[in-house]
Amino acid sequence: MTEPILQFNHFGFQYNAQAEPTLYDINLTVRKGEKLLIAGPSGCGKSTLAHCINGLIPFSYRGESTGQLTIKGRETKDLGIFEISRTVGTVLQDPDGQFIGLTVAEDIAFALENDCVGEPELHERVLRAAKLVNVQDHLDHAPHELSGGQKQRVSLAGVMVDDVELLLFDEPLANLDPATGKQAMELIDEIQQKTGAAVIIIEHRLEDVLHCDVDRIVLMGGGRILADRTPDQLLSGDWLRENGIREPLYLTALRYAGVTITPAMCPRSIRSLRLSEEDKEKVRAWFRAVPEPEAPAERPLQLEAEEIGFTYPGRDRQTLHGVSASIRAGERVAIVGTNGAGKSTFAKLLCGFETQQSGVFRFEGEDLAALSIKERADRIGYVMQNPNQMISKVMIFDEVALGLRTRGVAEDEVRERVEETLKICGLWPFRSWPVSALSFGQKKRVTIASILVLRPRLILLDEPTAGQDYRHYTEIMEFLAALNARGITTVMITHDMHLMLEYAERALVFSHGQIIADADCAAVLTDPAIIEEASLKETSLYALAARCGLADGRAFVRRFISWEREVGRG
Amino acid sequence: MTNIFNYIDRPSPIHQLTGATKLVCLLLWSFAAMATYDTRLLVVLALLSVLLFRLSRIGLKDVSFMLGFTAVFMVLNNVLVFLFAPQHGVALYGSSHELLHLGGRYIVTKEQLFYHLNLVLKYLATIPIVLLFVCTTNPSEFAASLNRIGVKYTIAYSVALALRYIPDIQREYHEISQAQQARGIEMSKKENLVRRLKSASAILIPLILSSMDRIETISNAMELRGFGKNRKRSWYMGRRFTRRDILSMLGCLLLLAAAIILNIRNGGRFWNPFI
Repeated sequence: MTEPILQFNHFGFQYNAQAEPTLYDINLTVRKGEKLLIAGPSGCGKSTLAHCINGLIPFSYRGESTGQLTIKGRETKDLGIFEISRTVGTVLQDPDGQFIGLTVAEDIAFALENDCVGEPELHERVLRAAKLVNVQDHLDHAPHELSGGQKQRVSLAGVMVDDVELLLFDEPLANLDPATGKQAMELIDEIQQKTGAAVIIIEHRLEDVLHCDVDRIVLMGGGRILADRTPDQLLSGDWLRENGIREPLYLTALRYAGVTITPAMCPRSIRSLRLSEEDKEKVRAWFRAVPEPEAPAERPLQLEAEEIGFTYPGRDRQTLHGVSASIRAGERVAIVGTNGAGKSTFAKLLCGFETQQSGVFRFEGEDLAALSIKERADRIGYVMQNPNQMISKVMIFDEVALGLRTRGVAEDEVRERVEETLKICGLWPFRSWPVSALSFGQKKRVTIASILVLRPRLILLDEPTAGQDYRHYTEIMEFLAALNARGITTVMITHDMHLMLEYAERALVFSHGQIIADADCAAVLTDPAIIEEASLKETSLYALAARCGLADGRAFVRRFISWEREVGRG
Repeated sequence: MTNIFNYIDRPSPIHQLTGATKLVCLLLWSFAAMATYDTRLLVVLALLSVLLFRLSRIGLKDVSFMLGFTAVFMVLNNVLVFLFAPQHGVALYGSSHELLHLGGRYIVTKEQLFYHLNLVLKYLATIPIVLLFVCTTNPSEFAASLNRIGVKYTIAYSVALALRYIPDIQREYHEISQAQQARGIEMSKKENLVRRLKSASAILIPLILSSMDRIETISNAMELRGFGKNRKRSWYMGRRFTRRDILSMLGCLLLLAAAIILNIRNGGRFWNPFI
């Protein structure tokens, strides 16, 4: 056993502003070279735990703590936040938000500058850290010139420059496309092997983290540690489903097929998974028993994009070229692809925020070119990713009423329509509340309501579930599905493969300004060529089907989704 | 995306000077140009500033907007001076050589024209130098420079950070304003002032809220990496003074000294060729 770096001993914490403690009786030891995953639903206390580890608690966020928390044998209370930062390196969630320097080199140098490291040591150490994460060719680039994955490499170099012994990652997969997320996990693995540092990853996207092995999973709920086990043990139990964490899809499929999962099967990843002939037969039998879902009925054409071409002013490269697509009334469509592939630009053109240089958009047969932004919004509602980017009123009612009032609708009708919308959106109980009293997920609903009240026939959402745990994710998506059932066409821009698979019938895959695939989601996520080109990630269900000797993996994925829709959620 | 510090990276002797040198030179130079109306010195300063500008390899095209802007301002300034004080030159120089009667009190005199010449020379002496500073100073090096000339590094760094975030905030403002326009917020100039103020709040409130999130993240990130630990810090972009830097600063100091000496010898700020 190596020496412990971090040790919680009956530790508890309560923020000064709160009536109840956020953490209760935490006991946890992390040793040199270990890799831990801390998972749990929103509000379970995992962010607070992270703040305790890196010293933001108690030095930036005040509160009362009980028990002990030691780093390398010394109580954190007696160390300063700066002293802790020499041992614990933190990579925050949002690679954009934590990019401090104007260039890559300056960002990596930041911690050293604060330590008064002089020349030539400063430049040498920056170069060494940059080489460790392979960004040495981008040293003089500005943050906006980097991809999401590169930004994360820079963040990592910025903490590695100090030779830290414990690396703490706070939701490293948020905002990354699936392929980049996979690379991020591989990078963390590689850095750990090179440096021997202990690693703690806080993330609720379990299946994606388990792309690389971890030693233990710590499951949190209600401010306590509920389980601290090896991945194989944890995935065999009921902890995840009971606590609102999504288990890997291949395990859900195995359970549907009636297979009992045991630690001996090594369920931690689809590659390590051991299946007996008997288990495989169960999966095959389940596949045969589940009917192939019916193809959706033909519906009238609603939106057509024809040969859309667009270049941002002052740029040489076309952002979109020759993009054609059509969407039928009442469909659920996902728009996927890497950052910069043209997804958001397509949405902006559709809403009239920018104007295409060539091509035509037609909505229910009408050319959109003649319509203003406001007039288009009566047909196509656009919901931004972060609700804080849209909310401008203090009271929920006023926020939802805003679009109607600016359109000069009579106050009686405003009241009627807002109330109706609030009821549909499940916000009726909160109608007289201030917006600030709502949770993030509820705010998202308010922004959706404020768009729905204009009665658009198509609603376009940018990453509807970004930053949400599984419970809130399900809540938002089921709500959108219910709206869809009322006949509103739903188009979602997303990086989330689960979301696409479960909640969209069809995907438009963007890559380098073009649509490279337009097919049902199961087909897209089982096609290696498309997955590779658009930085998507193959679904583990497909691999499971192959392992069980089922030739038609695509049909397996389709049947799983339809089964889950009807049976899984009751 | 436009940036306030329109830094243009070119290989030139001006670029090789440290940011601190350029800041000190800019200050000395502007004091010299402001202190005196001695036409001889102003001519020297104007010629030198044009020469330095050439030396920096910054093209006129790169700064055309700023140049156009200051040119309009300079013309306006001269026209207004003449409209409000057509006899200002006569009062300054104590003589009156009349050239042209425009009617009323508007008499064009040699003295007045000479005064306007001095005004124009002042613009020519300072504007190229200001543009030079803006275009040849790397913003992060600028922060390092501020720190070197004695500004506290926390303040110097916040300047650099503001520069870092301006493009991000501009982009966000743009996105929010588009989404709010879709909800019917009218942004055009056709609306009356009250309604436009109301519209602005519909964009500013979300912008402020999301900026607050941003500030919390960045200040945590900075603290976690030791910002504020010591009373001093080093700078990756900081550079040592070379002989070239010292000489440049000395040169500018001499110019300021010349301005002061000339003012004393002229018995005031004005050099009078009419006596």
